[in-house]
Amino acid sequence: MKRLRRSMLFLPGNNPGMLQNGGIFAADSVILDLEDAVAPQEKDAARFLVAEALRSIDYGNSEKVVRINPLETFAERDIAVIAPSRPDVILIPKVQCSKDIEEISKMVSRYELLPGSIRLIALLETPQGIAQAHNIAGTGKRLSALALGAEDYTASLGATRSRYGEEIFFARMMVINAAAAASIQSIDTPFTDVDDIDGLQQDTVLAKKLGFKGKLVINPRQIDVIHEVFNPSNGEISWAVRVLEAIRQAEAEGSGVASLQGKMIDAPIVSRAEQIVHLARRLGLLKEGF
Amino acid sequence: MVNKTAQAGTLESNDIMITVAPARQCSGIVIDLESIVLPQYGQTIRKVILQAVQAYGIANAYIKAIDRGALDYTIRARTEAALQRSGAAKRAFR
Repeated sequence: MKRLRRSMLFLPGNNPGMLQNGGIFAADSVILDLEDAVAPQEKDAARFLVAEALRSIDYGNSEKVVRINPLETFAERDIAVIAPSRPDVILIPKVQCSKDIEEISKMVSRYELLPGSIRLIALLETPQGIAQAHNIAGTGKRLSALALGAEDYTASLGATRSRYGEEIFFARMMVINAAAAASIQSIDTPFTDVDDIDGLQQDTVLAKKLGFKGKLVINPRQIDVIHEVFNPSNGEISWAVRVLEAIRQAEAEGSGVASLQGKMIDAPIVSRAEQIVHLARRLGLLKEGF
Repeated sequence: MVNKTAQAGTLESNDIMITVAPARQCSGIVIDLESIVLPQYGQTIRKVILQAVQAYGIANAYIKAIDRGALDYTIRARTEAALQRSGAAKRAFR
């Protein structure tokens, strides 16, 4: 069963106050960040703090993710300290090709306590990484999602980041398609203007419509908006329930073909309805008995 | 062994600033603690620092700790970072 990753909240890795309170916001995942949020001269101290936080802080139902530094800088030193503290996932920044995933995977194998227990998420944030998305997505058994980092990506393109994100449409679709082809999840770039809640809502609606399964989060205030968008709506749930009932009825009647309001229900529709019902049930949005 | 004076942590709330310095043989581990919660948690904080230092097999060191309400995990992490910066090496992989 795939993990729910509607919201993945960044917490700065060298800030004890924020690390210890990160569990109270009920994000689906918390990302203890050793990369951009930590000054170069504090990388060593942040590593110890994140390792101790993983052992001591109760993050409730939130998945524990650590964003390490890129492969060409401190990745191995980070993994050596972090992996024995048993994070659920390591988020790898600036992934450029499938070889990056293989190398990180080997490092994780060297340091993790329980073989194969730590999953990986690849953050694609360069034109090279986006171009290689399909190869990256299919690499190894540990990889459970691709995430898009649009700030570095648009800077490399020489494009300007906008509220509506036209400039990242290609990158978004590459990430979504590559992840879907490899049966893993796709996670959207964060919405960086934390004061623009309407903008966040619209951006998240677009992300869901395109096929993303969740979004990176840079401020706890963004979580509720994002969850609301990614949760199935009442309309979607009732449609999905009716589809599955029509299928059940057709089967009971020995008919091979089912229809709902004159429209034939085929396999992709059933699959979509099942996904919605499944998600609704996990989120407690479905009444008992179905 | 503590080879040189080193520091880790900050004076922000929930943090603790740890400074470790070399000490003469037979002087033991001397912990000089300042804390906003000294009467309530002074002993606990000292104990956590001492355990972290002992994990490095260090017998002699002077440690100055300025606490701003850090939890145990932060005290351990900052002590360990200061020790590593001072050139100390851990005895065994945990």
